[in-house]
Amino acid sequence: MTIHETLAAADAHGEKAVERQSIYVYEAPVRIWHWVNAVSILTLALTGYFIGSPLPSVPGEASANFLMGYIRFIHFAAGQVLAVFLILRVYWAFVGNIYARQIFHVPFWSGRFWKEWLHEVRCYTFLARQPKKYVGHNPLAQFTMFLMLTLPLFFMVITGFALYSEGAGRDSWEYALFGWVFSIWPNSQDIHTFHHLGMWVILVFVMVHIYVAIREDIMSRQSIISSMISGERLFKDRED
Amino acid sequence: MAAAETLYDVIRRQGITRRSFTKFCSLTAASLGFGPGAATAMAEALETKERVPVIWMHGLECTCCSESFIRSAHPLVKDVVLSMISLDYDDTIMAAAGHQAEAILKETKEKYKGKYILAVEGNPPLNEDGMFCIDGGKPFVKKLKWMAEDAMAIIAWGACASWGCVQAAKPNPTQATPIDKVILDKPIIKVPGCPPIAEVMTGVVTFITTFGKLPELDRQGRPKMFYSQRIHDKCYRRPHFDAGQFVEEWDDEGARKGSCLYKMGCKGPTTYNACSTVRWNGGVSFPIQSGHGCIGCSEDGFWDNGSFYDRLTNLHQFGVEANADKVGMTAAGIVGGAIAAHAAVTAFKRVTTKREKADAS
Repeated sequence: MTIHETLAAADAHGEKAVERQSIYVYEAPVRIWHWVNAVSILTLALTGYFIGSPLPSVPGEASANFLMGYIRFIHFAAGQVLAVFLILRVYWAFVGNIYARQIFHVPFWSGRFWKEWLHEVRCYTFLARQPKKYVGHNPLAQFTMFLMLTLPLFFMVITGFALYSEGAGRDSWEYALFGWVFSIWPNSQDIHTFHHLGMWVILVFVMVHIYVAIREDIMSRQSIISSMISGERLFKDRED
Repeated sequence: MAAAETLYDVIRRQGITRRSFTKFCSLTAASLGFGPGAATAMAEALETKERVPVIWMHGLECTCCSESFIRSAHPLVKDVVLSMISLDYDDTIMAAAGHQAEAILKETKEKYKGKYILAVEGNPPLNEDGMFCIDGGKPFVKKLKWMAEDAMAIIAWGACASWGCVQAAKPNPTQATPIDKVILDKPIIKVPGCPPIAEVMTGVVTFITTFGKLPELDRQGRPKMFYSQRIHDKCYRRPHFDAGQFVEEWDDEGARKGSCLYKMGCKGPTTYNACSTVRWNGGVSFPIQSGHGCIGCSEDGFWDNGSFYDRLTNLHQFGVEANADKVGMTAAGIVGGAIAAHAAVTAFKRVTTKREKADAS
């Protein structure tokens, strides 16, 4: 872990310069994944919505148009990208720093975790004044990301490939790997519905995620948004 | 009952020519998706193997499977399967009745122990000890279990026997239960559909009676040869789907031109059956060709999955009737409102805290 400190000094007017500390939290693969994932999710949600509720019919001959085909192609391509980067992200959880592991588990056995989780909930409901300082994700963030992003992402990848295998055929590798989904839900109409609901879970997460990131960036004592670009988390004071 | 005679013997005795017999073998081999050599193999099997008796029983059902079966396109297929190969017992269409009919069951069970095929149309209701379906003075479930004991394999005809169908619709008062949940120790082949396609039914019976084993089954116990492709992937309207041309209203230009019925709730994209290739009534047509979407009648739970005319399935798990988009948009709306309120409170708190601090200093 590298710690950069800007020296505390008084300027010519005698005003105390703010002492700051930055820690390298988000390594490059995590940051790249974050942004690729964000773009993929937006693409998938948009195209997925139009697969469920197609655009108004296009005029002309069927041979001259391929609108639904293109929408579906973009959806499948973005899905493959998301899946590949999710695999890379899982790999990085093993080889990266401890912050790269956070969103893949919730230490539900730890009493301390839940205590601090409760404190975060109290902060967000304006019951407690000062949130604790965390280098990585706070317990509430970790909990929410695991529940509303990591798990849904896996769910979407698995059901997504299972649905894709319907068109790819029963002898495709997609069916070999993900066909077991049809043992749980024999009628793929249900899988379509759950895949659709999964999109809304992730979109709701995205809304909360963006709001909280902006809010924390303004309100809290550490940097949030710029950290996902530079990787450095800047702490604006030295208090705990 | 004829003992140890082959199908070919019976056919010749009935006056069917060798030529017609060979044609039947070729046709059946083709419909089962076999290569060119299979017709010969089939002919040989039918000439040499002892015929396999089939017992056809009816539980809670509407007889649409039987209706479909007797309308099998190729007359010879129907003749062969119905009158010769196999059907030793079918209480709906056989001449015998009463004790005479029931005696056939006992006789087959003893004489062909472990060799006969039990074809079941409909399913047994389990509630009230099976009293909702009495057959021959006994609950159907008892009769079914009794005949299943010594069967070689069981054919589950139609959506009823395979999945439950409308009599199993929520809340399922009679507790109608698909065959594979009642009989656990026998190989079961599911031939779903409401009803299944006649050629699919005769194809399955012919395969089993010819080769003495079940055809290759998929994950859900359906014969791969007829149920491994979606209606959607073989639909002749598919180019309109890919182009983005849909029927938007039942009487619009798209409907007249034969556009894709996706927006009208066609379940082709989630339905596995041979309708778009084999078609119905001797290959004349199938629902989508007639301008109506597929209702997904060969899929599990199609009777409980909301309207046949909705693209997105209604969910009733939440106590309200709403599809995934309505649920999702409502959730997003609530969360959006909560975010706005939270931001407002945050801003307010920040202003008041600053004022407090300013007052304090």
